[in-house]
Amino acid sequence: MGEAHAPEAAAHDHAEVDRHVRAALLVFGSLLVLTAFTVAAWTLHLPRRSAITLALLIAVVKGSLVAGWFMHLISERRIIYWVLALTAALFFPLLLFPMLTAPGAILH
Amino acid sequence: MDIPYTVAARPDTGLNNGKIGIWLFLASEVMLFGALFASYVMLRVGAPEWPTGATYLNVPLATLNTVVLISSSVTMVLAWASLVKRDFSRFRLFLGITILCGLVFLVVKYFEYSAKFHHEYFPSTNTFLAIYFTLTGLHGLHVIGGMAVNSWLWGPGSAMWKTDPVHFTNRVENAGLFWHLVDLVWIFLFPVLYLL
Repeated sequence: MGEAHAPEAAAHDHAEVDRHVRAALLVFGSLLVLTAFTVAAWTLHLPRRSAITLALLIAVVKGSLVAGWFMHLISERRIIYWVLALTAALFFPLLLFPMLTAPGAILH
Repeated sequence: MDIPYTVAARPDTGLNNGKIGIWLFLASEVMLFGALFASYVMLRVGAPEWPTGATYLNVPLATLNTVVLISSSVTMVLAWASLVKRDFSRFRLFLGITILCGLVFLVVKYFEYSAKFHHEYFPSTNTFLAIYFTLTGLHGLHVIGGMAVNSWLWGPGSAMWKTDPVHFTNRVENAGLFWHLVDLVWIFLFPVLYLL
């Protein structure tokens, strides 16, 4: 990019960052609301199976918002996705293996 | 000799080396916490009875800490965005707030731990408290580590802003990625340990 285009590029960067900041503030509000939902669900004293499912579901949504928007994974380079795919391929068996050894036991 | 590709993207990856490095590190962190979460599941499945977190733990304080960490994540984003917009004083303001939030989190954690010890609840008391102290202790160490890096970037490390602003902005972005992971881990620790 030539020097003459630098101000245009800077303006583009600023607009992009402003969009990013607006999205981050929206995510921030959503995270606070979801935290309130998590605690509200806990006060209902649901059956353990429902409580675990609901709390983990909300945590997954909150985690996805943080990873997607705060950590920019919504628009990241392909190599980062490959690194994370490999991590997930190792992480989930590690996490789920104990449950497979005693199916259903964790929910009782 | 300078480390190559600290600012420009490598042709083969499309990213600078710092970005690739921090993501590989975060992947290893996911596996570290993943192993401990798996241990939690194994211990819980194997236990004849498992207490709900509120039996031992303070849910309102943990909720406060959740809000504090989420807030620190958004101020970290605002600090990085300020640098991209070439506003160094706002960067310092937002990164300073991020560091303060980390400090508030640790102070709250100190009061939580103190209350446990006062009631003679130790890691050796039972399996639940053992995994609670292990997970939250390791997470607390990560908060301290993140605060150390952020404090360096706020203070002496920020001298780079005058000589190589893009490189400095990349460093702040990478520190932010680590800080967001610390937030992400807490998002799962909070319901798993305190509410279920």
